[in-house]
Amino acid sequence: MLLNVKNLQKSFGGRRILNGIDFTLDEGKVLVLIGPSGSGKTTTLRSLNLLERPEQGVLQIDGDEVDFSKPVSKKTIRAIRRKSAMVFQNYNLFPHKTVLENVIEGPVMVQKTAKEKAVDNARKILERVGLSDFLDSYPHQLSGGQQQRVGIARAVALKPRLLLFDEPTSALDPELVGDVLKVMKDLALEGWTMVVVTHELKFAEEVADKVLFLDQGTILEQGTPDELFGHPKHERTRQFLSRIMNKV
Amino acid sequence: MSLFVAGQITVDWPLAAHSFWPILQGGLIYTIPLAMISFVFGLIIAMGMALLRLSHVTVLRWIARVYISIIRGTPLLVQLAIIFFGLPDLGIDVSPLIGAVVALSMNVGGYAAETIRASILSVPKGQWEAGYTIGMGYGQTLRRIILPQAARVSIPPLSNSFISLVKDTSLASTITVTELFRRAQEITATSYDFLLLYSEAALIYWIFCFILSIIQGRIEARLDRYVASNE
Repeated sequence: MLLNVKNLQKSFGGRRILNGIDFTLDEGKVLVLIGPSGSGKTTTLRSLNLLERPEQGVLQIDGDEVDFSKPVSKKTIRAIRRKSAMVFQNYNLFPHKTVLENVIEGPVMVQKTAKEKAVDNARKILERVGLSDFLDSYPHQLSGGQQQRVGIARAVALKPRLLLFDEPTSALDPELVGDVLKVMKDLALEGWTMVVVTHELKFAEEVADKVLFLDQGTILEQGTPDELFGHPKHERTRQFLSRIMNKV
Repeated sequence: MSLFVAGQITVDWPLAAHSFWPILQGGLIYTIPLAMISFVFGLIIAMGMALLRLSHVTVLRWIARVYISIIRGTPLLVQLAIIFFGLPDLGIDVSPLIGAVVALSMNVGGYAAETIRASILSVPKGQWEAGYTIGMGYGQTLRRIILPQAARVSIPPLSNSFISLVKDTSLASTITVTELFRRAQEITATSYDFLLLYSEAALIYWIFCFILSIIQGRIEARLDRYVASNE
């Protein structure tokens, strides 16, 4: 078991955002979180990278552990953070750095990889996501879909144990979504362990090993894509799924 | 000596020519170096104060607030006087040049702190998160990710601060630094041609500031290369 999340709880401004989230994930598996906005899926995902700090709960990733009810040392934060890398909805690429510089920043500056080696590796990754021609471009010169593929390359270059995706295609024009999903699918086939927040049910159906449906800060239902999409147990799940399907 | 005869102004050209170089020299030897050195120290103070203002620790935030408030709430001329004429009362003797550098640096520090703070805050929060997610800590994210972007935002206001500073160095004349304006004053002591000599001083300040504004434009254009409208 690579990832073990126990009883995450968080409130903000008197409102419960996470109300006891528990799940586990084995190495090489893909977990998809779905649910209406405000259900806590993004907060759950961001907690895995400690971009959010729940007040309660325990997070274990690959042998490292954080107990959120206690003060957390900087060393622990770093150790946990380096187990995973986040792909953001709005890409959050570094606008003052070229595509190549974006991808090697973490390996060179944080992991102290030799620059030539990092560049070599970055070129390979960028080639795989179809961006070989844009190594020296700046992010603003790229389309949204290209930027998001740089975002994925930047995360992959860190060789984390866990890749996190926060609605990676939500900011994209519809015709650009496919390229990004294709890259994510390839990563899943290569055996990366992934946690994905998305509204792309088709992607979830094809790629996910497990789907969680979150509602009001709790996991209302979980199962394989077949179970959850084919035979949802809860009325809320059914409502949500039909609303999403109709929109597409 | 210029004469004012029946609405006619006669310019004493030989005096203008003779005085130009000494006044310019005061500018090159004192005004510009004084401004540059004070600006460097001022930016260091400003960066420190900006980071204190952004700190999570209340006491640190207040230290910066009080400092900025005092600097912005008192005239530079008075600050100069306290440092140069006042500190000797405490047994701290300050040379005119050092006094000028200290006062000007502290002054720039107070004003530029707010500029730097605002420019750091103008960088989207997602950039901090992107730094953290690739494993960087606060300091490294600040240095490598946030400040380069904040720099672009802060160049226009900081350039204005520098141009103001170049002109503010003229106040150092009051503590006997023989900078540009003091040179002009010294020459008027014998020639009494105030209009000519002070106009000459003004012209030289203007030339300095004009050149600086051109340099400012170049720096902005350079930093613009990665900033697009779709940011």
